[in-house]
Amino acid sequence: MTNTHSEDEMNYLILIYQGTTPTPPSPEWDALPEEQKQAVYAGYQAVNATPGVTPGQQMAGPATATTVQVADGKALVTDGPFVEMKEAVGGYFFLEADDLDAAIEVASKVPAAALGGAVEIRPLVQWG
Amino acid sequence: MGVDAPVDRAFRDHWGRVLAALVGHLGDFDLAEEATQEAFAIAAARWPVDGVPDNPGGWLLVTARNRAYNRIRRTRTLAEKTRLLEAAATAEEAPMEPATFPDERLELIFTCCHPALATDLQVALTLRSLGGLGTDEIARAFLVKEATMAQRLVRAKHKIRAAGIPFKVPDPEHLPERLAAVLAVVYLIFNAGYGGRDALAGEAIWLARALTDLLPDEPEVHGLLAMVLLLDARRDARTADGELVLLADQDPARWDADEIAAGRRSLDRALALGGRGPYVVQAAIASLHAASPPDWPQIAALHGELARLTGSPVVELNRAIAVAEAQGPEAGLALVDQLELDAFHYFHAARADLLARAGRTAQADAAYGRALDLVHDDAERRLLERRRAALPPA
Repeated sequence: MTNTHSEDEMNYLILIYQGTTPTPPSPEWDALPEEQKQAVYAGYQAVNATPGVTPGQQMAGPATATTVQVADGKALVTDGPFVEMKEAVGGYFFLEADDLDAAIEVASKVPAAALGGAVEIRPLVQWG
Repeated sequence: MGVDAPVDRAFRDHWGRVLAALVGHLGDFDLAEEATQEAFAIAAARWPVDGVPDNPGGWLLVTARNRAYNRIRRTRTLAEKTRLLEAAATAEEAPMEPATFPDERLELIFTCCHPALATDLQVALTLRSLGGLGTDEIARAFLVKEATMAQRLVRAKHKIRAAGIPFKVPDPEHLPERLAAVLAVVYLIFNAGYGGRDALAGEAIWLARALTDLLPDEPEVHGLLAMVLLLDARRDARTADGELVLLADQDPARWDADEIAAGRRSLDRALALGGRGPYVVQAAIASLHAASPPDWPQIAALHGELARLTGSPVVELNRAIAVAEAQGPEAGLALVDQLELDAFHYFHAARADLLARAGRTAQADAAYGRALDLVHDDAERRLLERRRAALPPA
């Protein structure tokens, strides 16, 4: 495709929405069997080790977010994420892949996608 | 090919192959479509005068390809030019042999029906790219403004490019689910046409037939073709003087016997390939409906199988109707009353018919009233009104 760079690779930002996925630290997460917790960690490690993946840095939970909007030149600061708490982005990574099908393959391996969350694939615009 | 009418179906048959080959070659949907469009316009102007070339498909492809190269030279930025012209140079070393240029329509249809595109985009893009329909024709068929449909197509092509939707046949692991999406698009197109827009039903049959050529070993593809042929065969008999005619009142003499035979051949092929999927079962049901009198116990059993495959309450409703035919209205009503389809006018219409046959006139009248509250289509409304008026006095 003509908007990709010379190796014909696509670049994506992968956004992870936790939704109702139990995440640490929380009582829901603590209530998970040890085996399942280990599987979630292993799942993210496997995604991060996938060729083409540049892992993102771990984000603190959406409850720690601060939102800024500017009106009449004044910053309006509010506590919490811009969207609803359960709709907030919970993590991200970058992915270089052949095409959308390859990106879907990687996205479907993100543990949150199978635990009540969702993963969004956003192509990054290439210039030049 | 009709030289006088070069925009007929035979002419249009080349569209998908030429476009697919160019998308595959250039990797750019927009450029491929613009160039294909130009080549077809040139052909429409020249062929009636100069005669149709020996290899019309090859002629169109070479013309479209050259147009695309011209456009690249004219309009692209230097960086893009370099890359696309590399492809062009490679192609000139090994020119596409017009007589044997690869059929990449399958790649094209999987691109058009990619689940990352919204269903309305999939439908529009499939009709445009594979069917070769003009934007104006698609807009008319779906009762939207041409500008709206044009925008829909632009959005679809932009998403393909920007998101990196591939131009390829899915790997075997993903083929079943992706093929199901393709078949669903063809079925949607058929249903949109079955409601009265004849051109769309014809397009869907054409697409289903093309799919059987491209995927000859997939039973569900033959099942889909069989189903649309068998349903289409009864299309003329479904209306009389603009009014809907129910299956029981249809005149079998108005069924298209050739189309029924063709549908049954496709069904046999699907069954021989071991097909037991939802389209094969629906084709088998449509085949039984196209018999006089229909084998209702068998139809009920097949609806049971289809309900198991799809989990659809609408299928359960159809099963209840078949059971009523086989065992009487009360048996059907017992099943109908277990369904939660209160917002669906067919549910109330079917219930009303069964109540009427069971002699429960007051309840039937109320159910027709509920169906009439929900129905949108005028012909269906008139049918319901006639049936309500035909109820015996309470």
